[in-house]
Amino acid sequence: MTTSSSQSLRFEFALRMGDNALILAQRLGAWCGHAPILEEDIAMANVALDLLGQTKLWLAYAAELEGEGRTADDLAFLREGRAFRNALLVEQANGDYADTLMRQFLFDAWHLPMLEALQGSSDPRVAEIAQKSVKEAAYHLDRSTDLVIRLGDGSEESRAKMQRALDDLWAFAGELTTPDATDKALAEAGIAPDLADIARRWSAHAEQTLADATLTPPKDAAVRKGGKAGLHSEGFGFLLAEMQHLQRAHPGAAW
Amino acid sequence: MTNSSSTEWPLWEVFIRGQHGLAHRHVGSLHAPDAEMAVNNARDVYTRRNEGVSIWVVKALDIVASAPGEKGPLFEPANSKVYRHPTFFDIPDEIGHM
Repeated sequence: MTTSSSQSLRFEFALRMGDNALILAQRLGAWCGHAPILEEDIAMANVALDLLGQTKLWLAYAAELEGEGRTADDLAFLREGRAFRNALLVEQANGDYADTLMRQFLFDAWHLPMLEALQGSSDPRVAEIAQKSVKEAAYHLDRSTDLVIRLGDGSEESRAKMQRALDDLWAFAGELTTPDATDKALAEAGIAPDLADIARRWSAHAEQTLADATLTPPKDAAVRKGGKAGLHSEGFGFLLAEMQHLQRAHPGAAW
Repeated sequence: MTNSSSTEWPLWEVFIRGQHGLAHRHVGSLHAPDAEMAVNNARDVYTRRNEGVSIWVVKALDIVASAPGEKGPLFEPANSKVYRHPTFFDIPDEIGHM
């Protein structure tokens, strides 16, 4: 592999990791002040802030790799929708709290094994960022697993809401663990793990948790993907408009 | 939120130990359906700024408190007993500041 293609491969990967964290943080941030109870409100905002911290590390590395003088902020606030590389799952609307928790659970169950594996990346910067993020992801997964079980195996109403959320979101989970050409090149270079290994860990955890939660994943659902290639869902433009409007209206504004 | 008092989660008192070697200190309270979630919620609500190395939670209902009305009989008798403070010893100069 030539240096420049290795650089662009790493850049692509840093964007994928950073954009997943950024877009999910943006979605979660919208709950601040609106969650069902105070304690959840604070907990959810904490998760959002953890993810935003991770975003800064990934996007700062992406900006360095790109070498065109852009910063992490430029990448977050001045990129067009098609240039974002997050999976479709994380941009799905907050819906009700069941939707938000299910989305979080499906993401966390991928995020933790991914970061654990990335600690052994052949790219020292990637390994370093993964080491810094892995404990946060472990707590996120503990929390979302616990809540999915409590609400799934809860009242009739909470179970129905969680099952509906699972039915709606399940198809989006596969994108995170389905490799494309970039993922395969990353695995060959030892930068990122083979996604088949992550898929196995993801499935094992998700199946056990959903069984404990008395929830049933839809059978034979097609995998909805596109985000990793920059093809996002309809609501994504609105999300970006809200996230980016200040920097676009007042370029360079700082506080 | 439309909680009636019958469906509201119980109140828990939260105690955090700031450093090894110090005692747990009461920092506040929160609502949670059970002990496990109370610890999780306490972590999220009270240790966001690196305040703690250990968390205790206890149901507020399980705390037995002295009655404010009995303040007189409980605490006033101690007011007049200055000899209970160790202030009546001559400390040898060699000891220095204690």
